[in-house]
Amino acid sequence: MLQHFGKYLLFMSTLFSRGESPRILFNRTMDEAIIIGINSIFIVAIVSTFIGAVTSVQISYNLDNAFIPRSTIGFMVREMTLLELAPTITSIVLAGKVGSSIAGGLGTMQITEQVDALEVMGINSTSYLVLPKVIASILVFPMLVILAMFLSIGGGFIAGTLTGEISQQEYISGIRSDFIPYNVVFALIKSVVFAFLISSISSFKGYYTSGGALEVGQASTGAVTNSVIAILVADFVLANLLL
Amino acid sequence: MIEVHNIHKSFDGVKVLDGISGVFETGKTNLLLGASGTGKSVLLKCIVGLIKPDIGSVTFDGTYFTNNKLGIKQEIRRKIGMLFQSSALFDSMTVEKNIEFPLKMLGDMEKDERIDRVNTVLKRVGLEGANKKMPSELSGGMKKRVGIARAIAPHCTYLFCDEPNSGLDPLTALKIDELIKEITEEYGITTIIVTHDMNSVIEIGDKIFFLFKGKKLWEGTRDAIMDTDVKELNEFIFSNRLMRDAKKIEDEEEQQEVNGNNR
Repeated sequence: MLQHFGKYLLFMSTLFSRGESPRILFNRTMDEAIIIGINSIFIVAIVSTFIGAVTSVQISYNLDNAFIPRSTIGFMVREMTLLELAPTITSIVLAGKVGSSIAGGLGTMQITEQVDALEVMGINSTSYLVLPKVIASILVFPMLVILAMFLSIGGGFIAGTLTGEISQQEYISGIRSDFIPYNVVFALIKSVVFAFLISSISSFKGYYTSGGALEVGQASTGAVTNSVIAILVADFVLANLLL
Repeated sequence: MIEVHNIHKSFDGVKVLDGISGVFETGKTNLLLGASGTGKSVLLKCIVGLIKPDIGSVTFDGTYFTNNKLGIKQEIRRKIGMLFQSSALFDSMTVEKNIEFPLKMLGDMEKDERIDRVNTVLKRVGLEGANKKMPSELSGGMKKRVGIARAIAPHCTYLFCDEPNSGLDPLTALKIDELIKEITEEYGITTIIVTHDMNSVIEIGDKIFFLFKGKKLWEGTRDAIMDTDVKELNEFIFSNRLMRDAKKIEDEEEQQEVNGNNR
């Protein structure tokens, strides 16, 4: 375990040695941002909308006390979305989609000697292949989380009003009450930390793949499992430190 | 000229290379010959710097490489072209982008100059007009040709080929061998080829280094190889000949079967 962690730290240190020119790094980062960001919009939109909708329905199911105003549904959907659902659930979904893709891609490049080809050319393969993925993830994840926030709250609104559990005015009143802007900042800090963890852990697992197709599959699975565990641990640590 | 001196390498306590030394001459095709698992590819990777030897050194035209400063190693690496066993073409790039890649990353050529160079080397390897094809659309032989084109595009001084004709039919393998030989002589570069194929020895081997269990047991010219008294090398040549004969008989039987069916 400690040996793996040490190897991971050494791997991360190689990202910044023998770097490529800023122009190449910028172009590579933009390419990765498109792959990671644009291709993830659909899954993030679907998951966050339905999670917001389900949260709204389940809260209204549990609110059977006549003394609690119905606007509480909107308030609770907003709080749960900002604090946990949007940053954490979105990141777990992205760990599956982006993490496995990064590990699988790098693993395949490793076993087909494409990484060796870069090294023979005198190119630092980690700085060329991995650093843009990490930077792109850090740039794109907060945007996806912001999108998830809007869609989740929107999903709660649609589900709540369509089922007749809450009126439009009550829901809007709920999401506007006692708003703490810091919660959005907290969610964005979490998304940046999760982006770094997912992209770096998945790259690490993919980069050190050896063998064949079976090992590439194992690297992808390992990347997702380790990323999800890292997200949950980091979530707990950040909640204790920043709230 | 490339010189290797006393190279040792072990993996998890298992000795793979045991004190290999030799001189690979400029303008010649130098072959690292041996059966599978004798350390040929590991030696090649030690020479190009993909694997760090435990002991020993490599010099390129008199410049020390193995543990030298990063800047000097980078300078030497820019003169290296390598054809990998799996061709190692970048899957996400077209043939043109693959060949242009080292020119773009390492050189200061303008776009037009780079494309001119890509077209020149593609023509040289007999793949004119294949610029926009993806690696997945190419046959094994074509991939090897693109790999050679990518290796020579930046005007390399040293060419390394790891089993260039593995997985190819005998005719295509022969053509790839001939192409490497022609390029070596045409550009006056130092070429090192890893192979276990005696056909390559006969066709293109200027100087041969025979490896057995991590040791260099013999070196010499292709004319001298048949007169060797090294037992292991003789066994290797004999087994290769047996394999060739068996393959020939198999091919003839197949041909007879086809002729019989056609009648």
